[in-house]
Amino acid sequence: MAVFYSGVALFLLLTLVAGLWRVLQGPTPADRMLAAQLFGTTAVACLLLLAQAFGRPHLRDVALVFALLAAVTAVAFVRRTWTVREEDDAAD
Amino acid sequence: MQLTDFLTLLLLLAGAGFFLAGTVGLLRFPDVYTRLHALTKADNVGLGLVVAGLVLQAESWAAMGKLLLIWLLVLLASASVAHLVARTALQKGIRPWKR
Repeated sequence: MAVFYSGVALFLLLTLVAGLWRVLQGPTPADRMLAAQLFGTTAVACLLLLAQAFGRPHLRDVALVFALLAAVTAVAFVRRTWTVREEDDAAD
Repeated sequence: MQLTDFLTLLLLLAGAGFFLAGTVGLLRFPDVYTRLHALTKADNVGLGLVVAGLVLQAESWAAMGKLLLIWLLVLLASASVAHLVARTALQKGIRPWKR
């Protein structure tokens, strides 16, 4: 089963690499942030799979921290960076 | 192969499929609202299926609880982020995509 878990984790990493195209392409900052959000979730899934594959339970704690930080970053992005007042230079 | 192993296999494959669909949607969909739709599918269902597959293999109740807690956190985060991003995009005057 360990090989299967690692294989799925590798597949998730490959989808993550494909998602990088959206970060490069934009066009709005929100699109880049959404891609980063998807990377966060994919990383959580990867860490959980690796924790199971190699029998390292503490990787689950890393995934927990990832899940917490993903929420904080996205909310900070919407409330601080991508606000309506900066519309003139950001909305395109 | 035991029944739990087989179920784990199925759930993990389905979860990976949802992650693939989410990434493809993020790459192919035309505007920020439709991409939000693709993203939340991968977040909620994809990670949900992966967690469900791993819960079957968990060695203790504490590990199971931690896995479910991670999923609930991601659910909460993606739901609130989807609302915030969509509302801000509307306020900025980004029009929803029409054919």
